Amino acid sequence: MSDERTPLLEFRNVNTYYGPVHVLKDVSLKIYPGEIVCLLGGNASGKSTTLKTILGMVIPASGQVLIDGHDVTKWTTSQRVEHGISMVPENRRLFKRMTVRENLEIGAYLRKDKENLEADMEQIFEMFPRVKERLNQKAGTLSGGEQQMVAVGRALMSRPKLLLMDEPSMGLAPILVAQSFEIIKQIHEAGTSVFVVEQNANMALSIADRGYVLQTGQLVLADTAANLLANPQMRQAYLGEVQ
Amino acid sequence: MTQFVQALLNGVSLAAVYALVAVGFVIIFKSTQVLNFAQPALLLLGALWVTHFATAVKLSFWVSLLIAVVLSAVTGVIVERTALRPMVGKPIFSVAIMTIGLNTVLTVFALGGLGIDIRPIGDPWGIKTVSIGPFTMAQHRVAAIVTAIVLVGAVMLFFKYSRMGLAMRAAAFDQEVALTQGVSVASVFALSWALSAVLAMFAGVFIGAGVGIDRTAAVTSLKALPVVIVGGLDSIGGALVGALIIGIVESLTSTYQPSLLPALGTGFAHVVPYLVMFVLLLVRPWGLFGTEEVERV
Ligand SMILES: Nc1ncnc2c1ncn2[C@@H]1O[C@H](COP(=O)(O)OP(=O)(O)OP(=O)(O)O)[C@@H](O)[C@H]1O
Ligand SMILES: [Mg+2]
Repeated sequence: MSDERTPLLEFRNVNTYYGPVHVLKDVSLKIYPGEIVCLLGGNASGKSTTLKTILGMVIPASGQVLIDGHDVTKWTTSQRVEHGISMVPENRRLFKRMTVRENLEIGAYLRKDKENLEADMEQIFEMFPRVKERLNQKAGTLSGGEQQMVAVGRALMSRPKLLLMDEPSMGLAPILVAQSFEIIKQIHEAGTSVFVVEQNANMALSIADRGYVLQTGQLVLADTAANLLANPQMRQAYLGEVQ
Repeated sequence: MTQFVQALLNGVSLAAVYALVAVGFVIIFKSTQVLNFAQPALLLLGALWVTHFATAVKLSFWVSLLIAVVLSAVTGVIVERTALRPMVGKPIFSVAIMTIGLNTVLTVFALGGLGIDIRPIGDPWGIKTVSIGPFTMAQHRVAAIVTAIVLVGAVMLFFKYSRMGLAMRAAAFDQEVALTQGVSVASVFALSWALSAVLAMFAGVFIGAGVGIDRTAAVTSLKALPVVIVGGLDSIGGALVGALIIGIVESLTSTYQPSLLPALGTGFAHVVPYLVMFVLLLVRPWGLFGTEEVERV
């Protein structure tokens, strides 16, 4: 990794708390433009908290969050969204009582170039033809796989530079998991950097350039995806238990 | 028959006033999960301003109305910022109790300005009536119906089609995810309270139109509670239907009960909305149109 480039996203010694609970402990990480980076870790290790810290939904007690080299630690969530960060949250969390179209529209809430929205929607339909068929349906009536598509579409509607994905494989049948990761690759090829949080380590490492491993709030491993796949410690702790 | 239709018409005009208060209640509940029992005070304050500017300062009624709209919206925002914002995350029950306290404080403030006498609101309708065939209706009641239709219709269109309305619905459903789309939850809260305070102000104006306003207006506006219980706490359409049901039942009762069931005494019509509410709470606690998962306090 060339270290002269400015990372798209950087954590410098980030410590995040929920009340007295110390969740992220001195986390430092970097995501460069054009990368797919994955964050692996077991339940409650702090993966979602890492994403929330990136978006400013929780503010670190110490340390810095940088986007494009700017210290954004004190920025609001909407400022960060405007700067090109968007998220597919854990469990998709669509606005279930709103239509699919409205879900996509809210994804573009901060966009100023309203004239391009229809074209962007068309691109999402190309990726997910099913979404187009369901456009005027309430999002809550969609199947799990379809909801995943809308959640990804919603996140893309803000035209992010960095897409955060919180456990995209969760609750999906194996075939849909594979499709989901195919889509991540496509999005990446179209020029968006991706930071994907996963428990399904094999799957995530198969598409990622690099990976970090989080254990009770501490980064314990950081390496290229290939090295992590070969790492005996990894194989034992994370790869063996997954099919 | 004439008497019956006349009672229906009166019921609809009552419903107009109840709907204005109830829709405000629903807007705040939907977007902030707060049960706002301070609506009666917002209504009194709103009416006070109209009275003040129209009769004490002697501006035209319409100018006074405009000033009162602005002042009400500002009051709504200030109340939300100072009293409600610190309560975010507290149990819904505690916040509801807090709004009852808020109602008391604001009512004292409003009554201080209003005094103890009935004050004219300075409206142009006065005691004039319109007649169609055998039916007669006070002009201010017609105005109330028209205003309620226009305002509630505008609110519904706003929620359905505007960008901010979309954001408000999103925040109502899932605040955290709305935040991650770039929605400013602070503006959503502020706007909800502003809208709601303005709707309450209009209700106050129409309670006071013709007859004048005094502290009993707050009692009248409390009937928004049975209205939202009947219609469902989280449905604007439900609030409208609830308002019609409560308004018409009340009006029919006041027309027929004194002669048919005199034993129930005078003023029974004022109790009827609450009876309807209790019956509904027993059979369908989430209201006719509300969502089942909405909990009751
Ligand atoms: N809002 C919150 N308030 C208090 N504690 C929280 C909150 N959110 C998360 N936590 C705690 O912080 C720790 C890390 O949670 P986090 O959601 O980041 O884990 P995770 O790695 O995403 O887990 P999972 O794989 O189950 O999604 C957990 O112990 C969790 O209980
Ligand atoms: Mg998580």
